[in-house]
Amino acid sequence: IATFLGRKLQPRPQNEVEETLKRIQGQKGVQGIIIVNAEGIPIKTTLDNSSTVQYAGLIHQLVMKARSTVRDIDPQNDLTFLRVRSKKNEIMIAPDKDYFLIVIQNPSD
Amino acid sequence: STSATNEKTNMLLMSVWSCFFGQDEEDGTEMGEGDEWMQGKTLIKPLDQLDLTEAELKEEFTRILTANNPHAPQNIVRYSFKERSYKPISSVDQLAVHFVLEGNLLHQDSDEARRQRAKQGGEDAGDVEEGGGEERADSVESKVGKKEQKITNQFNFSERASQTLNNPLRERGCQTEPPPRANFSATANQWEIYDVYLEVLQKQEKNKEKAKAVPKKDDDKGKKKMMLVETQSDDITKVAKVAKIIERMVNQNTFDDIAQDFKYFEDASDEYREQEGTLLPLWKFQYDKAKRLSVTALCWNESYKDLFAVGLGSYDFTKQGRGMLVFYSLKNSTFPEYIYPTTSGILCLDIHKHLPYLVAVGFYDGCVAVYNLKEETLQPIYKSTAKSGKHTDPVWQVKWQKDDMDNNHNFFSVSSDGRVVSWTLVKNELVFTDIIKLSLAGAVSEGPEGVQLPIMACGTSFDFHKQIDYLFLVGTEEGKIHKCSKAYSSQFLETYNAHNMAVDAVKWNHFHTKVFISCSSDWTVKIWDHTIKTPMFTFDLNASVGDVAWSPYSSTVFAAVTTDGKVHTFDLSINKYEAICQQPVVAKKKTKLTHIEFNPVYPIIIVGDDRGYVTSLKLSPNLRKKPKEKKGQELPKGPEVEIAKMEKLLSLLREPENSNA
Repeated sequence: IATFLGRKLQPRPQNEVEETLKRIQGQKGVQGIIIVNAEGIPIKTTLDNSSTVQYAGLIHQLVMKARSTVRDIDPQNDLTFLRVRSKKNEIMIAPDKDYFLIVIQNPSD
Repeated sequence: STSATNEKTNMLLMSVWSCFFGQDEEDGTEMGEGDEWMQGKTLIKPLDQLDLTEAELKEEFTRILTANNPHAPQNIVRYSFKERSYKPISSVDQLAVHFVLEGNLLHQDSDEARRQRAKQGGEDAGDVEEGGGEERADSVESKVGKKEQKITNQFNFSERASQTLNNPLRERGCQTEPPPRANFSATANQWEIYDVYLEVLQKQEKNKEKAKAVPKKDDDKGKKKMMLVETQSDDITKVAKVAKIIERMVNQNTFDDIAQDFKYFEDASDEYREQEGTLLPLWKFQYDKAKRLSVTALCWNESYKDLFAVGLGSYDFTKQGRGMLVFYSLKNSTFPEYIYPTTSGILCLDIHKHLPYLVAVGFYDGCVAVYNLKEETLQPIYKSTAKSGKHTDPVWQVKWQKDDMDNNHNFFSVSSDGRVVSWTLVKNELVFTDIIKLSLAGAVSEGPEGVQLPIMACGTSFDFHKQIDYLFLVGTEEGKIHKCSKAYSSQFLETYNAHNMAVDAVKWNHFHTKVFISCSSDWTVKIWDHTIKTPMFTFDLNASVGDVAWSPYSSTVFAAVTTDGKVHTFDLSINKYEAICQQPVVAKKKTKLTHIEFNPVYPIIIVGDDRGYVTSLKLSPNLRKKPKEKKGQELPKGPEVEIAKMEKLLSLLREPENSNA
């Protein structure tokens, strides 16, 4: 009789997220990653302090506005991600319920 | 008053006259001297008395007595400056003064009286002091007199006052620590309200579930463990989902040109190449830890069209080790979505058509397993063991079937030990049923004690008919293809002598119900009509053919991969003898291509090789041609067209075949 193997054995590794972030950082042209919590305070970053604070503050407002816009139109909808492409680089923002992740990439590098 | 007397007098006179002279008083006849002595009095009419008629005498005069002064003027007017006119005064003084007499009495307390008194008193005692002292004496006298005659208050009023000590004022205060304050601001949007409602709903549902579910001890412990883990874990883990999205976005940027090609690029030069087509390389999928393994199975996910599974293992008998089950998404070519390491190499896999999270896997060591992608664990949820009827030889193919009558999922597996086994997922168990045993016809071996045992053929591939549920084909290592039915467990419906070497793949056509294709290491690909024992088409590809696949969009297009690194694409409606595309796909020449699969929706194929890479390629338009209709007619769509196309081809073949055969 085949056994129903226990669920608790070997759950997914906890550091999956860490690895994902490392991979992102290692991608071509990625300049920095910032993780910001719901209040706009950066909790993890690969950039220097002043840039981080600046990005976090400005982008936080932008994301709130964008999300509010999407949800006002349809409350069942929600913002998945936001890309801001500029001349020099691209800022990608993926918001979550409590956090959001900002990645700055220069795709042509 | 005078008027009254007049009247009385009149009446008296009249009465007197009437009694003596009847009614003739008007006459006023004079009395004779003779009647004088009869009357004592005689009335004498004054000479100036008015002569009135009787009517006038009887006339009554009304006199009203009022208190008004008859002498008071009644029409005094005064000039009013306000109205600039003379206005009569409404009220006039009616007082009539008849007599005024001024008296000479003084009140004894009045000033004049005092003065007079003082004068009298001063004259009496005034001889003593004279001159200027007189006044002073008078005043002193008056004072003394006054003192003696001090006027006291009627009520004996006396005023008394005292002042109490005023207490000094002191200020006392105390200050407490202000309660901690926090600023709170929020907006009430439609969506925030919606969110709150959803939360409440979820909580309610959870409560309902808890009430229904019977808690097991294990579960409780497990839950506690999970809870602990959650609280200990870093905030980072909550970012997992978002990180994934970001990774895909970054990849999209990095591989932007590939993504654009995948979506939009159509090779324009195909118009100039009559029949040939090309394959455009898109993403390349590789995983570090899978480098030394070869791709042994590929399968697209039916529900998530960008997700595909790769089974990794080894075909080399001597180099058997571990294996891996890896899932990739086209959205992220740098890293797999799911990774499951296995102890034994994987040889085949199949994803359930309707449940995209159930994956059946066959191993080199003969086990079969079922993975549930939704589960957090890396272990399969079901695995067959030696006790439960696992195969004794590598499992070459697994395929999900429709749920059985008890709504249990089940899948079939074929292995080199010659058994086709059906596995049913019943609750916690994997129940096996031997469907058929592939016995070599006619070959018998001498077993121990002289018992004759049938030698089993080794099944290497199988495929189930798309429409006819019970019908399936099994390819064997001996090069034969058996047509079998699930109902008959000992006999084959048909046997085809297909190849000289092991049949690596056998596949039914997606549209035409009679056609199937087979490929083998004997360098050939053959197309069959299952009613006919000889192949309809045979193609020689100059190298061992690893895999062949029909395209999902056309009944006449198929592709094959060979060990020389080429992909051969055929379209029978265009060219019956040659491939319309023969393209090397991998860089290094020594790489052998092992498997190929068409994406059910997008015009791409994935090709696996023995170095663990999976390459995706886009089919150029020539390879995806739809049948052209005559002008004016509508393009018919749907599988009927495909079937008709194939049928046409086959019918063309049958006649010459009859003549050839």
